[in-house]
Amino acid sequence: MIKRLISRALPGVLASLALALSIPAKAQNEPIRVGFLTVKSGALAAGGRQMEEGLALFLKEHKNTIAGRKVELFTADTAGQPAVTKTKAQELVERDKVQVIIGPLAAFEALAIDDYIRQAKVPIISPSAAAEDLTQRKVNPWFVRAVGTSAQPMHPLGEYAAKTLGYKRVVTIGDDFAFGHEGVAGFQRAFEDNGGKVVQKLWSPLNVADYGTYISQIDTKADAVLIAFAGANGPRFLKQYREYGVKLPVIASMTSVDEGVLKNMGDEALGVISSGWYTAGIDSAVNKNFVHAVNQEYKADPGYYTVGAYGAALMLEEALKKVNGKIEDKDAFMKALRSAAVTNDPRGVVRLDEYGNPIMNVYIRKVERSRDGKLVNAVVKTYGGVSQFWNYEPKQFLANPVYSRDYPPAKNLE
Amino acid sequence: MGFWITQSLNSLALGGLLFILSAGFSLIFGLMRIANLSHGAYFMLGAYVGLTLLQRGVNFWLAALAAGAAIAILGGLVERIVLRQLAGRTLSQVLATLGIAFIIADACLWIWSGDPIPLTGPASLRGAVPVLGTHFPLYRLGVIGIAAVIALALWLLVEKTRIGAMIRAGVDDLDMARAVGIPVKALFTAVFCLGSALAGLGGVIAGPILSVYPGLDADMLPLALVVVILGGVGSLGGAVLGSIVIGFIYTFGNALLPDLAYVILFLPMVIVLVARPRGLFGRIAT
Repeated sequence: MIKRLISRALPGVLASLALALSIPAKAQNEPIRVGFLTVKSGALAAGGRQMEEGLALFLKEHKNTIAGRKVELFTADTAGQPAVTKTKAQELVERDKVQVIIGPLAAFEALAIDDYIRQAKVPIISPSAAAEDLTQRKVNPWFVRAVGTSAQPMHPLGEYAAKTLGYKRVVTIGDDFAFGHEGVAGFQRAFEDNGGKVVQKLWSPLNVADYGTYISQIDTKADAVLIAFAGANGPRFLKQYREYGVKLPVIASMTSVDEGVLKNMGDEALGVISSGWYTAGIDSAVNKNFVHAVNQEYKADPGYYTVGAYGAALMLEEALKKVNGKIEDKDAFMKALRSAAVTNDPRGVVRLDEYGNPIMNVYIRKVERSRDGKLVNAVVKTYGGVSQFWNYEPKQFLANPVYSRDYPPAKNLE
Repeated sequence: MGFWITQSLNSLALGGLLFILSAGFSLIFGLMRIANLSHGAYFMLGAYVGLTLLQRGVNFWLAALAAGAAIAILGGLVERIVLRQLAGRTLSQVLATLGIAFIIADACLWIWSGDPIPLTGPASLRGAVPVLGTHFPLYRLGVIGIAAVIALALWLLVEKTRIGAMIRAGVDDLDMARAVGIPVKALFTAVFCLGSALAGLGGVIAGPILSVYPGLDADMLPLALVVVILGGVGSLGGAVLGSIVIGFIYTFGNALLPDLAYVILFLPMVIVLVARPRGLFGRIAT
């Protein structure tokens, strides 16, 4: 009886023993499964395409291999809709068994899958979503960001506008959604802390048909106009702004005059001073190679989304190298990812703070025409090692409410 | 004072654009009894076609007319090939136009990429002119003029020509029109072509103000709906009045009560729907 049991059970035991022993060896040869949430349809598709280009370039340069292991990429189209993003994230994790996700594009998409990511415990690297609280008051242990927060480049711009440009009174106008609110708020705080005054705040709906209404309201006795737009709205606004013959200088958020939209703009963009963690005009060997490669592959300059996805992949590589490619050891991998410090990023050195958000250079840029007639964001000043908290004390920063339409309160409106 | 003048001119310019967009929508709605949900897509496609022509160095006005003609042909084909097969089934027709809108939007994304592209207006209308102590873009004054010319031409067509009489008869009573020998099928195609042409033309005319970008279709379609419901379907006068009213409400709503801009925009529509389902000028209930 016992003999029979043993003879029956033994092959099974042996087989499972063999299987257990073979797993580590086999896993090292298996490809790393990377999920990629992007947008291929709808209004955000241009950004999605640029993210895909950034990631594709990285994989091409690395011959589809990171830390000695092949990469299998699973791309999903979220259509820029939060509900779809959630479904696609679930598909990537549960059906495709991805071990890490790069994505999604929009902040509201990232917020939509935040709970699911916590519950499924999948490492995720954001190549674009900039909502402040994702790395501030609502830190998700599985989430790191390859790009900065909405306000991260806007703090230095506020200081630059007050100190270097000498502006005293500024009018702000931005998209009436979180990304616009947070950007304007960061600018206002730093600008007013340096002695400036925001004298008028205008908000236009994301899908506003006509900017004429808003442009006619701008107080033309102010020193400058700050714009904080995303997607198509920066170019749309600037075109109309010039048509109305308003003469005030324009300072801008990163996405308002991003390389992704600048290529289709004309003289209306000339002279706009903006602030961002990247510009194709950064004068470093790493960036020149990167820009050259993107020019070759896609006949365009890299911008916000391209460098975001490329930077996310670099961050993944950095973490994987540290754990010798063993992404299966989730905790070790996540630890490596959260302490990533990337030195070969086109933006310069990018290292994560304890909240999972990069500390990196912020560039003050000016739109100029290059010798071949192309519009470029030329670097006029570099702020080194800028954190999401700027030079504010993190604990105090986090004790305040998150940046919004009404915080910090505008006390100097006229 | 400057504020009121500039914003009034803004309202009129926006109203002009809305009229070019919604006149065709209204005629199609009135005659064929269907809300053509691909109208916004025709508007966007027209803008893209115009853009391509402009990039090839074609004159702005020529590009606008050519885009109108191209969209007219497309509209005619859609009417003949798709909508006619579904004759009498209004809901199916509306759903078909919605499907076509999605197809056009995706095709635009595929052909022109998703990048927002500003469309350059004619050189003769560039810059701003002084208007009573304030500055106003010349092009927007041009748009008001163009819309007025189109409105006049449409009025002459509908009120003074034989085909116009047939359209009016069709809008008032389709069965009776058919019974007295009006070639209703041909009329449907003609009106659908005309409406599409206006949408395509409108897209190019609006280009220098709105730019061209994915999502333009979805941004404009609700405005056309509001205009037509307010003014009354199938009524040219209604489209004119509705466009101007919505132009003013939209502009002043955004300027004075920005938080409530959309409430202010859609509330009049709801009130009109409840209190006067035909719209201000409509002959038939929506």
